[in-house]
This record gives sequence, C-alpha cells and structure tokens, in this order.
Amino acid sequence: MSESTLSQPTKGVVSLTPDELETPPLSLGQLTWRRFRRHKMAIFGSVILLLIMIYAFGGMLVFSEADANRTETGARLQAPSREHPFGTDTIGRDILARTIYGGQISIFIGLTAMVVEMVLGISIGAMAGYFGGKLDSVLMRFTEAVLIIPQIFLLLVMAKYFAQSIPNIKVIGRTLSGSVLVIIFVIGITSWPYLARIVRAQFLSVKENDFILAARATGTSTRDIIFRHILPNSIAPIIVAATLSVAAAITLEAYISFLGLGVRPPTATWGNMLEGAYNYVDSAWWLWFFPGLLIALIVLSINFLGDGLRDALDPHSRAI
Amino acid sequence: MGIDSERILEINNLRTRFHIAEGTVYAVNGVSFSLNQGETIGVVGESGCGKSVTMLSIMGLIPIPPGDIASGEALFRGRDLLKITDSEMEQIRGKDIAMVFQDPMTALNPVLSIGRQLGEPLRVHLGMNKEAVRQRSIELLEQVGIPDPAHRLSEYPHQLSGGQRQRAMIAMALACVPSILIADEPTTALDVTIQAQIVELVQRFRDQMAMSVIWITHDLGVVAEIAERVLVMYAGFIVEEALVDDLYEDPRHPYTLALLAALPRVDRRRDHRLLSIPGAPPNLLVQPKGCPFAARCELVFDRCREEMPPLIEVAGNHQAACWFDVTTGMPR
Amino acid sequence: MTRYIIRRLLQAIPLLFIISLVLFILMQNMGDPLATMGGRKVTRREDRIRLARQLGLDKPVILQYVYWLVGNDWAKTDMDGDGIAETPGSRKGVLRGDWGISLVNRQPVMEVIGDRLPNTLLLMLVAEVIVISLAMLIGIYSALHQYTAADNIITATTFVFYSMPVFFFALLAMYFFAVNFKKWGLPYLPTVGMFEPEIGKTTAQVAWHMVLPVATLSFGFIAGYSRYIRSTMLESLGQDYVRTAKAKGLPRLEVVYIHALKNAALPIVTIVALDLPFLLGGAIVTERIFGWPGMGRLFLDHVSRSDTPVVLGILMMIAVAVIIFQIIADVAYAWLDPRIRYK
Repeated sequence: MSESTLSQPTKGVVSLTPDELETPPLSLGQLTWRRFRRHKMAIFGSVILLLIMIYAFGGMLVFSEADANRTETGARLQAPSREHPFGTDTIGRDILARTIYGGQISIFIGLTAMVVEMVLGISIGAMAGYFGGKLDSVLMRFTEAVLIIPQIFLLLVMAKYFAQSIPNIKVIGRTLSGSVLVIIFVIGITSWPYLARIVRAQFLSVKENDFILAARATGTSTRDIIFRHILPNSIAPIIVAATLSVAAAITLEAYISFLGLGVRPPTATWGNMLEGAYNYVDSAWWLWFFPGLLIALIVLSINFLGDGLRDALDPHSRAI
Repeated sequence: MGIDSERILEINNLRTRFHIAEGTVYAVNGVSFSLNQGETIGVVGESGCGKSVTMLSIMGLIPIPPGDIASGEALFRGRDLLKITDSEMEQIRGKDIAMVFQDPMTALNPVLSIGRQLGEPLRVHLGMNKEAVRQRSIELLEQVGIPDPAHRLSEYPHQLSGGQRQRAMIAMALACVPSILIADEPTTALDVTIQAQIVELVQRFRDQMAMSVIWITHDLGVVAEIAERVLVMYAGFIVEEALVDDLYEDPRHPYTLALLAALPRVDRRRDHRLLSIPGAPPNLLVQPKGCPFAARCELVFDRCREEMPPLIEVAGNHQAACWFDVTTGMPR
Repeated sequence: MTRYIIRRLLQAIPLLFIISLVLFILMQNMGDPLATMGGRKVTRREDRIRLARQLGLDKPVILQYVYWLVGNDWAKTDMDGDGIAETPGSRKGVLRGDWGISLVNRQPVMEVIGDRLPNTLLLMLVAEVIVISLAMLIGIYSALHQYTAADNIITATTFVFYSMPVFFFALLAMYFFAVNFKKWGLPYLPTVGMFEPEIGKTTAQVAWHMVLPVATLSFGFIAGYSRYIRSTMLESLGQDYVRTAKAKGLPRLEVVYIHALKNAALPIVTIVALDLPFLLGGAIVTERIFGWPGMGRLFLDHVSRSDTPVVLGILMMIAVAVIIFQIIADVAYAWLDPRIRYK
C-alpha cells in the first residue's frame, strides 16, 4: 500500500531540523534555588529576617546590657522621644535597648527549642516509621497522648512544674536567668510530636522504595540505611517544619511570658516585655507596640521563608 | 447517510492559544471543517494535536485566562457560538450540543449520586419536575444497558464499573436529545471489549435520533467503524480530510501515510519490523511556520518549511494539505 | 460504624488513664498550694500539718493518685496526729463523679469549672460560626477571582493575619477600637469582662462585650481556613467533573456551589473538629487580655496557685473533649464522603 512511498526518498536528502528548545540540564540545587528565587515573598521574608537579626545582635555594639537593665524611676512611662526612641517602661528602662537584648533571648530560645524538638522528633519519628510494628504503635500512642492536651496548657503546667530556681547561666557573654533554659526545654518537649508525625510519614513512604530494598540486600547496616539513605531523602519537609517551628517557638515563648509563667525578669524577652502591657493599652502604647511588632515581623518573615522553602524543596505538597 | 443534507456546524479558521509562564502554546492554528445533519465524522491525531482543544473551544469550555480564542467562527445553525454570551451558551450545552469525555471516573462527580447527575440536564434544560426526571432517568439508564436502573439512581460513581460509568455519561449526554454529540476519546480508558459495546451503543442512538456525531480518537481502528468522514489533525492543523474508505485506501498526506504504515498488521510477516515515524511532534510553544510535519517528512523541500500548505482538493470529497502529490512524489 | 466508634472509645480509655497519671505526677512539684491557701497565709505549723492531712497531701504520690481516682471514703485518715488512722475520708473519686475540692477556695472542682465553662463555650461557639462562614465566603471569592488584584490582596492579608500572634492582634484591636474610638467620640468597644456591672448581664451587654474577644479568637482561624478553602476550591474547579457539569450546560452557580464546593468543603469538617485544641489555646490568651471570665482564665489563675484538683479537672475534661472530637471528625468525614460511606 503505502510502504513504497516511505522507503523511497524522492527529492533530496531529508534532514531533520531540531524542533525542541534546548536547555541545559540543571542540578537539583540549581533547580531549587531557581524556584526559591521566583518566590518573591520568600526573598522578602529572608531580607526582613536578616534585618531583625542584625538589629538584635548588632545592636549589642550600640547599647550595652546595662543600658537595657538600667532603671530610671524618674523617667517612667515616657513616650518615644529622641533620648528614648521607643520610650521607657514602667520602671524607667529604655525600651529600645530592651528590645535589642530581649530579641537576642527570644531568637535564642526559638533556635534552641527547635534543636531540641528536632532531636526528639526525628529520633522518635524515625524509629516509629522505620521499625513499624509494635514499636510504632507504642510510640504513636505516646505521641497522640501528648497531642491531646493543647500545647499551651501543657506548657503552662510544665513551666510551673520546673519553676524551681535554676541558677543563672552564662551565654554569649550575658548572664541569663535559668528560666530561659526551662522555657527552651519545655517548648521543645511539647513540640516534638508535630515533627515526629511528619518524619514518621516520610519514613513510611520512603521505606517502600526499591533503593532501600537494594541497600538492605547488599547488607547495609540499619544505622546507615536510616542516616544515609532515608533521612537525606526525607529532608525536605523536615527542613520546612524546622524553619516554621522556630517561629512557633518564639510565639509560644511570647505567649507564656505574656501570661506570666515564662522567662523571669530581669532577663528581657519580647514576650515578657508584653506582660501586663495590656493594662497600659490606652496610656502607654509604646510598651506593647514595639516588642509586639517585632514578634509579628519575625514570625511573618519566617513563615514567608518557610513557604518559599516548601515550594522550592517540595513542590508537590499542598501549602496553605 | 446525511452527507448532502443540511450543514449544522461550520467551523472557520479557528485559532486557540494558551498564555502560560513559559510562553504561548499554539494549540489550534486555523482549523476549518463542517458537519452535516446526521453525519458522523471522526477526528484523529496523536496526543497534543489539538483535537480536544478544538472541540472545547467550540463548546466554550476553554478557561479564558490562560486560554485565548484568537480568531475564528463556530457557526451552529448559523449562530456563531464564539460570540454569544455565557448564559446563551449554557442553554446550548447539554441540550443542543452534548459532550462525552474520556475518563468516566474523573468526569463524574464522586460526591453526587448518579440520579442527581443524570437528572441535571433534564431539570435545567427541559424543566421537568422530580417525578418526570426520575422516570426519564430510569428509561435512559435502561436504554444504555445498565441493569437495575431504579436502584442505580441512588448510587455513586465509584459503585459502578468503568463501562457502566461511561454508559451513564452517554445517558447524561443524550438525555435532552441533542443535535450534535461530541465524543472525546470515550473508549480510550476502557477495555477493548467494552469499547466495542460503547461504539455500538452510540451508533444505535445516532441512528434512532438522527444525531450528528463528532468522534475524537487516536485509534484508527475505532474511526473506521463509526465514522463516515475523517479529519486528520497534526500540531493544531487539519492535514487531511476524506471519506473513511478513501482515507484508508488512498491516503494523500505524508502524515496519514506514516500513521497507516505504522499500524501493526496481522497479515504481515511476523519478523517484519514495526515502523514508527522518526522524530517528535513540534514544540507548540513556537509559533508555527510552514508545514508542521516538515521536520519528520520524507518528502520535504524549502517551500514546506516556509509556507503552510492549504487544504487542497485532491480527489472527490478528499482534501490534503501538502505541497506534494504523494501519488507521484513530486511537488504540485 | 458503631463498632468503629466503640472501638475508638475503648482505645481512648487507657490513654486517658495514662495521661491523668502523668499529669498528676507532673503537678506534684508545681509548688506549695498550702502557702497561699484561700488567700490567707497559713503560718502555724500545726495548722499546716492539719491542712496537709485533711487534703491528703502528706501521703505518697501514688496513693494520692489513687484517692483522686477512686476516693478515700473507704480509707481512714489520721487527723489527730496520734499515728492511728480513724477518720474516714469524704471523697468518692473521679470515677464516681467526685472531682475533689479546689485547694484555693475549698469549693467543689466541678462547681468551680462549671461556673466558668459556659462563658468559654459561648466564645468558642460564636467564634467557630463566624470563622466558618467568613472563611467560606473569602475562600470561595478568592478562588473564583484568581489572578485578580482582589485575590492577591486577600492572599497577602490572610498570610499576615495567619502569622500574627494573638496578643498583638488583640492589643492593636483594643487600641484602635476601644481607646481611639473613645478618644474620637465614637461608640467604642469594651475591653474588659462580660458586661458592665452597673447594667448587669443582659444579652445586649454580653454581645457587645463579646465583639473584641470573638474577633481576636477567630481572626487567625479565618485567615488559615480561607486559604485552605481557596486552595481546595481551585483544585476542585480544575477537575474533570466540573468540566462535565459545564458541558451539560448547568448554570454557573450550580457548578460552583454544588459540584465544586461539595468536594472542596468536605475536609473542613475534619479540620474544624481537629482544631479544637488550638481554639482552646487561643481562648486562654484571649480571656486573659479581655478579662473574660472563662475556663482559660480559670486555668491560668489556678495553675499559678498550684491548685492541682482544679487544674487536673480542666485538663482531663479537655482531654476527653479532644478525643471525642477526633472521633467525631473521623466519623463525620466517613459519613459525608460517599466513597467511604458506601464502600
């Protein structure tokens, strides 16, 4: 029928013109960076975050810790002025200096609590997800139990429980109330369930892949399988969750300090600067506005960053 | 059948684009054809050739951003469907022109009962009351061969088999006795045995209702069974149009030739290698210049790459868009 | 289905026991309730010892837990210090409905909680209704007008509100609607309590006083849920069955609000039920700021005063409520989604 026409080229030699756009293949890292860059909000968030960090830690060069703690009862509750750009609080301390040093603590708490949460969450989640069976059931029961009580309630009870005096500690050249450690610990041990569930889900799904089967067949040790095969492939949602948990930790510290059971004075945090500030809503707005704004900004910027990371690292997940 | 009777649908120079982040997708590039009362035409082509987009454009089902109907007319009984308002189009869809889609599992709403979905066109277009809708729905399900129809009305799509779901879809489409049925690959997702049943079902209805049918497929076998006339599409263009027998016996476009040659055949020698068309379909992100098949065609010369050949009458009721006369291998 | 519910409830029981035990032990070290008993300072040693014996605080922790659970009216306490237990206890224990006495004001725990609980429920219920209605409206509008300026503004705003800490919103709202309105002579919103004492607890008063607390409690959820609805609506609108609905010539309203929305809103039921813990958490901060006499503030007050019976009572009640809502969430979803209901 038509075969003959095909096997007999008639006029000239057929030269196939390349008809697809040529683009060089990109590495995974490059691809991720490109997606991240496209996310304008994430860049915006990162910039704000950087600025806040510079403010909190660079501010040490401008104000000393003594400045933050110096009380001047004569200058109580002064509105923002040139001398005190953010005003003064109920016992005459300069709010600007306090937000700088308070910021350091709040950020420090956020980061360290995240580390505690990661260690606990990843270990428990990995064990539950990898080994499955009875261990999984027990660990998940345990996780569920922690999740049943709303986190703030747990935090308040535990903060009170651990409220015995812990000696002051020395960190980054400052002397801090021991309650900082208590708060970090307490936030960490009530937040890990969220991460544990994510890690477990990841492990459960990655575990089913054939390359894990191959690794086991070639005699790779369990430890190696977990740390060198499964974990690196699950890292994306873990990174996103870890980033967002810093914001959550900062918020939680602010909540419990605001409610009076958090970091004890004279160590300032943005949270405890807000304690009792609602009594002065009408008379001294600067008491709550500046620390509150800083908390809102850092949480917002971390959330933007987390969103961008999520789109960049894990484009298939549905983000709210 | 009805080839010389009244022209019911006339498409002229339809161009549809999609504007996406990477650029513009030139999905349909100047498609023109017509459909007569009671006629069945088949539209064949590979994935991405624009056959679905053409029909969706006519039906007004292309999402308007990012879609964009750049030019063309779609005259249904003289009325240009591309120029009427949304609510006017809503009255035509499902009533005068109906469409059946490829995957009945995703095309049916999983959280609404079969009865509800079947009753919708009856209620909306024919204004029937609940009891009348129920009666008619049971009738329709019977007609498409679904057993125990009264019971089925309260069931949900996931409770039916694949074949039954497609039959239900067809029942839904034919509920208001439309003049035109557009079937977009209705059997592609089904088993071969069910395929045959569905084809036969549509044929039966078509004969009963004197309906026109546009059957889209990439399966040349199915087209041979059901269509009277066939359009072959490639990269958003119609490259050949002929009566079905003429197309299979006397193809006049290199693409059609290649397609038919690539069909595995039972009567060839067993060690005969399967032929495939070298190369790949063109990138639709590039504005088409010249013949889209030029890159893969055996018969190609400079004019092919510069200018798109129009559909030229090459025999009775037979058109092809090629600068060459494939029977001689020489340019016209 | 009933078997499933019963099984879940049975599974919950050991969970509750373990939670109560852990919490009980945790709270032993919360501080000395005797130090601030009923406001008076109990200084005399004899008084302290007597009080301790009366409240059973001198017994080992495990025994205290048992008494809490099943009462001590079957056991005898040594009240007069002679080493011989002679006085029978008066508590029936949690399992028989007796939640004990508050260490702070000597009132039965159930009464103390019951006094405040309705106020919190009122806030939460009203907030939930507002959250669901507003979130649906905003989410659907946003989805239908994708790519427009309005959608972009809404997306940005919801993101900001979703990230904002509750107290900042509350303080800003207070500052703006209460303080400044007052300054500008506009009718301003009250910021403390449930009603003005002079006027009394009328519906109008309560409603007016509820405005700021409810707004504070809901804004974060409205932002979050509307983003979720927007995303599920967009997904739903892009599905094949919506194309089929349009191909049948159904009017746009029916396509959007029945075909698309029914699919998109299905998971909301689950989310609402599972978000109960967060709603309760928000209630604590909100009640504190606005002086709302609810369970959250109660909890706060009694935790700071180490009142174990009341704190335990509240926590266990919350635990039971959360577990029940989790079961409701699962059952409701299974019932609403025909793919699961008719398997």
